[in-house]
Amino acid sequence: MSVAPGFYLVLAGLMFAIGVVGVLVRRNAIVIFMFVELMLNAVNLIFVTFARQQGTVDGQVLVFFVLVVAAAEVVVGLGIISLIFRYRVSSNVDEINLLKR
Amino acid sequence: MMELAQQVGATAAAVDWHAIAPELVLAATACIVLVADLFLPDDAKWLAMPLSAAGIIGTLAAIVSLIGAGNRLTLAGAFEVDGFALLFKGVFCVLGLLILAISFHYFRVGRYYQGEYYFLMLCSLLGGVVMSSARDLVTIFIAIELISIPGFIMAGLRKGDAKSNEAALKFFLFGVLSSAVMLYGMSLAYGATGELLLEGIRAKLTAADEPLIVLSVFFIVVGFAFKISAVPFHFWAPDTYEGSPSPVAAFLSTISKIGGFVGLIVLMFRAFPDVADTWRPIFALLAILTMTVGNMIALRQTHIIRLLAYSGIAQSGYVLVALALIEPGATASNEQAFQSAVIYLAIYGIMDAGAFAAAVAFARRGGSYFIEDYSGLWQRSPVLATLLAGFLISLAGTPPMAGFWAKVFVFLAAIEAQSYLLAIVMGLNAVVAAWYYLAVVKKMFFEKAELAEPVEVPAVLRVAMGLAAAALVAVFVYPRLVTELAERSLF
Repeated sequence: MSVAPGFYLVLAGLMFAIGVVGVLVRRNAIVIFMFVELMLNAVNLIFVTFARQQGTVDGQVLVFFVLVVAAAEVVVGLGIISLIFRYRVSSNVDEINLLKR
Repeated sequence: MMELAQQVGATAAAVDWHAIAPELVLAATACIVLVADLFLPDDAKWLAMPLSAAGIIGTLAAIVSLIGAGNRLTLAGAFEVDGFALLFKGVFCVLGLLILAISFHYFRVGRYYQGEYYFLMLCSLLGGVVMSSARDLVTIFIAIELISIPGFIMAGLRKGDAKSNEAALKFFLFGVLSSAVMLYGMSLAYGATGELLLEGIRAKLTAADEPLIVLSVFFIVVGFAFKISAVPFHFWAPDTYEGSPSPVAAFLSTISKIGGFVGLIVLMFRAFPDVADTWRPIFALLAILTMTVGNMIALRQTHIIRLLAYSGIAQSGYVLVALALIEPGATASNEQAFQSAVIYLAIYGIMDAGAFAAAVAFARRGGSYFIEDYSGLWQRSPVLATLLAGFLISLAGTPPMAGFWAKVFVFLAAIEAQSYLLAIVMGLNAVVAAWYYLAVVKKMFFEKAELAEPVEVPAVLRVAMGLAAAALVAVFVYPRLVTELAERSLF
């Protein structure tokens, strides 16, 4: 049983698009960050699909690197967001506007 | 796993340890600094700085030992040591030493987490050093993340300061978003060619892939545009520079930005030059927007760090001009564009770090970052005023500083490639830029000081600024110093 690679690519494209829209629309820093993670996972899906289609493992190896880097980003990102929350009791990015725009 | 490896014909590649020696020394130094910090008493934490400096000098020694050893390709072709890699490794290490000098008193007096800062800074520097040698998509991705992620923490190092937190959050959100976009572009390039090595991508690109490749390059460029703060992806830069500790702003504006450019140059000249016709307009548009908008907003700035941030955005635009000149098959003009970009980045790093150093020196002990307060600096501290004026004049691209040649070479490359529009826009922008840089110089030299006492500059910072300024003058007098290096760095 196999599904044509095209469907995976469309799915990944949709996931990425949802991620972009979410980043632009949502105002909570943590939710924005979750949408970025969704974008990264869409990329992972594309890499795995192409790797499978072409019979090479390069793409799958890259996915592991993406996962590790995403984990590192979570650590740093949640640290920064919780620091902000401690001082402002809010993680709404619209209220974080001390610096001149 | 073995079976799988045999199936795809993979073999364990031998590692050329000498080729990766600079990275190993720098990584070891970062670990030693982190551990040493644990055992140092509070009043000796500053020792992390000399330790880091020793490590960077060791890295420089390893880089020098690789000069003349020929091109070395290791880690299955993902890591190459050639003239280009060595030049930028050297540039990153020299800038690293400059940033250490800027950081020393700032972090020692400010009672920050010194050990952690130097550790993070070394890690980020390591990312830049790796980026110089990265020749496949995985290594480029890892290098750019290694530059960025410690940067997010460094930007928020002043934990109790809401502005610093905000700087870190903005930098973080834009940073992760840009990596995701860049990766999407990389995944499309992989899909079109089935290769991660840049040479492989270039060899397997065919005309049939064109729509996919255009999309791929577009996303990759957008991802990098955030990192190099090109308009319209520049919003984070001025806020982050202002909010983060000033030495970190200097780091982000030099090493981090140059790291992004190195990745972009490698990708565009090594992987995608044969389809340049499709993506050259993207760069031309980015370059024009970045130069013009950066300079226009810089005109209105009253805060020296924000001025340097916006002018740094405009400076990115000049390098983007060089990237917008690539044409498939036009070897001579491509080489000229390449060399002009390399020269620009090397000179830009030194002059920008120097300007930040002068701003940090002025701001310590109750000084301020507002340009108002620079009036009459000549009467108070003639040396500091002269040095800052030198760096600003260099950034403006006027003789007698190296920045002049940086701009001239890009301009000549644009003429050579017959991109007259870009050359004209660049020339006009250079005039606008000279206006706001020289306004600061005029304030320092021709206006009256409100305060009389001299600005005291620590010896480390004085030596660092003096050497940077001397290097800029030397390159102006004898441009062969950099053109020679640029010629050797040709791919």
